[in-house]
Amino acid sequence: MKGLDQALPRWVNIGLLPLLNVVTALLVSALVFLVIDVNPLKAAEILLYGAFGYQEGLGFTLYYTTNFIFTGLAVAIAFHVGLFNIGGEGQAYIGGLGVGLLCLALDTSLPGPALLLLSVLVAGLFGAAWAFIPGWLQAYRGSHIVITTIMFNFIASSLMVYLMVNVLREPGQMTPQSRLLDENSWMPFVHEVLAGIGIEFEASPLNLSIILALLCALGTWLLIWKTKWGYEIRTVGFNRDAAVYAGIKPAYVMVLAMAISGAMAGMVGVNEISGVQHRLILDFHYGYGFAGIAVALMGRNHPIGIILAALLFGVLYQGGAELAFEMSNINRDIVVVMQGLVILFCGALEFLYKPLLAKFFKEKAA
Amino acid sequence: MIETILLTLDATLRVSTPLIFAAFAGMFSERSGVIDISLEGKMLAAAFAAAAVAYTTESAWLGLGAAILVSISLAMLHGVACITFRGNQVVSGVAINILAAGLTMSLGLSWFKQGGQTPLLPDEARFTSIEFPFAEALRDVPVIGGLYSELLSGHNILVYMAFLMVPLAWWILFRTRYGLRLRAVGENPKAVDTAGISVIRLRYSALVFAGVLCGLAGTYISAAHNAQFVRDMTAGQGFIALAALIFGKWRPFPVLGACLLFGLLDAVAVRLQGTELPGIGVIPVQFIEAMPYILTVVLLAGFFGKAVAPKAIGVPYVKER
Repeated sequence: MKGLDQALPRWVNIGLLPLLNVVTALLVSALVFLVIDVNPLKAAEILLYGAFGYQEGLGFTLYYTTNFIFTGLAVAIAFHVGLFNIGGEGQAYIGGLGVGLLCLALDTSLPGPALLLLSVLVAGLFGAAWAFIPGWLQAYRGSHIVITTIMFNFIASSLMVYLMVNVLREPGQMTPQSRLLDENSWMPFVHEVLAGIGIEFEASPLNLSIILALLCALGTWLLIWKTKWGYEIRTVGFNRDAAVYAGIKPAYVMVLAMAISGAMAGMVGVNEISGVQHRLILDFHYGYGFAGIAVALMGRNHPIGIILAALLFGVLYQGGAELAFEMSNINRDIVVVMQGLVILFCGALEFLYKPLLAKFFKEKAA
Repeated sequence: MIETILLTLDATLRVSTPLIFAAFAGMFSERSGVIDISLEGKMLAAAFAAAAVAYTTESAWLGLGAAILVSISLAMLHGVACITFRGNQVVSGVAINILAAGLTMSLGLSWFKQGGQTPLLPDEARFTSIEFPFAEALRDVPVIGGLYSELLSGHNILVYMAFLMVPLAWWILFRTRYGLRLRAVGENPKAVDTAGISVIRLRYSALVFAGVLCGLAGTYISAAHNAQFVRDMTAGQGFIALAALIFGKWRPFPVLGACLLFGLLDAVAVRLQGTELPGIGVIPVQFIEAMPYILTVVLLAGFFGKAVAPKAIGVPYVKER
């Protein structure tokens, strides 16, 4: 395909191209709506109302956004070192397991704030450990990280089913879920905090994990662009050989970046277990890890871009739920379709319009 | 005892069939240098198409045709994204998997109004088992009778197709000029290009093979092994097939072996559910289920043998500028 190699102006690359891609994804989604006999404009109206129209909806949107920020950052950090971490699913799952185990053991014996701090640390540690192994295997044994992280997603899933069914299930319960955690270990809800300072806000799952997510975004920016580690990570990502000549050990840096990446994904466990579910359940992580890939790609691996892309996915998730609720011939899977289309057009087909634009800008320059 | 072994092996063949189709789909694709983690999505979409069309037309063969068409279309989408537009092959695969999961349920709900499932297929609309001649008469002959009537006879036609496809695929890949070129394009596309052969066209053709085989795998799942399409019905088999492909080191007969091994593990897991083994106790089913993934990771780590992927895998081909 001609024009794929030509350089484009910066604003086109980070602004116009992603915008065209999103618009295409939405147009194709509209086509799908037409196929299943739903008026796309009406659907868009319900979707936007569901996501922003009332306080509870907005709360849900931001709660989903929190998860997407975590997994988006996770994928982005690995991208910077030149690795593809599609194990966000498993790392988020195991991160949540860590939080659950910690709180099941200590939820009544430690003061709340200490417990929350520990939960964050443990979620990060568990997620990091689950990413460390594939990272180490890639760096030191040359096993392909895409494959190993996929395998680790499935291993995590089997492990969780085993633990939930055989070990952690609440006695006398049929459903595989743990006992309810003590309120002491819960992450405060945003509506509670707002009520504390006299602002009324409808109850929603949105909790203070969103602050944690924004701090993680800031931390990622500082790490990648302002520290020696970040410099090493980017150098290895750009050119491994050059990194070696600069005295950097690529293998070490890769493992480090993967561990940080896994820790970010593990934070989903905080938002889900401490923040919303308040007990260990199965599949609380489902789909966030994969969506993180799209979030990172759309956000061009930059924290600001990731926050915006995560918000888009949050809107899709919450708006889609509203849609499934309002219309009888749609179920929540329509969100999955839209998500798939966004990943397809913003990720896999990100250069779809490049040849066209390349031609346009060439003519303009000539 | 012999009865149990025969039944387990019989189940192994049934479980392995979709793995064999899908793993060989992956082999064509990856041998040509295109990573294919969308085996799962193609199978799922094919399973839906097979069940939907077989139900509407009451013909299993039309269902199979539709499944293959749908699966090839997804393979071509993969091709457009990562061969023509040089997009990331893993991202494209993830997109296809997610898209297939969402579209099957959304279209299913809209067309059949059963919460996303397809209605049950009547026997005429699916591939039912074929009894070999004299299977019933020979059943009581010791050893051979059991082997013949239990293990060999009584499967549906897709099972036999899977096992016949293996030597055929081997022949195409390793004994024809086309196969040589296909493997070369996965190792050193520049050399193939220099010889005046189109890298792009070869890779697209490999993806067509992958599409056909995933179509067969999906049809087997919804219109032969089962009789309807239900949510998430491939349940990770596409990824087990991917693991088998790597475990078999991208070579036909070892890959067949890996598929049978993983199928056996699955059959054994079902059989062992809750039974106490002498000296070991109860083995958790989840552990046996996770074995294919664990084994593949251990193999990739190079602790036994070494799995070396085709050299040019995952790299879009850029012609000389």
